[in-house]
Amino acid sequence: MIIPIDLILLLFVVILAITVIRLKDLLSAVILLGAYSFLMALIWVELQSVDVGFTEAAVGAGATTAFLIAAIARTTRWEKE
Amino acid sequence: MNEKERDVIVETVSRVMIPFIQLYALYVIIHGSGGPGGGFQGGVVFASSFILYVIAFNLAGGRKRFPESANTLFSSLGLYIYGGIGLLAILFTRGMAQYLNYGFIPFTSHFEENRALGMDFVEMGIGITVMAIIASIFFDLAQREEPVGEKEEK
Repeated sequence: MIIPIDLILLLFVVILAITVIRLKDLLSAVILLGAYSFLMALIWVELQSVDVGFTEAAVGAGATTAFLIAAIARTTRWEKE
Repeated sequence: MNEKERDVIVETVSRVMIPFIQLYALYVIIHGSGGPGGGFQGGVVFASSFILYVIAFNLAGGRKRFPESANTLFSSLGLYIYGGIGLLAILFTRGMAQYLNYGFIPFTSHFEENRALGMDFVEMGIGITVMAIIASIFFDLAQREEPVGEKEEK
């Protein structure tokens, strides 16, 4: 566990989370959510919890992104005002 | 997702990648008791191979490879394996052992070996159910259903 790497990863996670909730383009938000999940997986592995990190990478970045993109393909891409 | 043009690079890479993804998912399921991974993660990785197939080819082809009936069969089969292994532990000891206490199931003559084997079977059950359910959720989300009810409303 290396503290500066943790802090940098957590900073990126916070930036990504704020960007995701402020975006109007839902497809970009979903892709950034996938990047958020990958960074969270890195944080879990960095905190010596490989099992949780594996689950986060498989479910959060893989399956959830595919689900949300499929949902966007059936509805609309842009958030309404 | 049906009416797009075909891309030979995406199709070829997916055709090569999908068996390795499925093999890796089986590895994760089997090695779940000793290291990182397990039934849930392996099931999700296995289902993501179906998702890759649908993205690279089309939805109808994916539905043909993994039909609705197989979906229903696998999603209940995993649950039956999980519950059946748990009940076997009670049945073989006539109520002495607790539910899902794998060591008392006489696969072999050693207690620890029985426990490892029972854990592997339970992981397989979890993996089968999770694979079927995740694939089912993706197919249901991606499927464009025929507009049956709209004509009646108008």
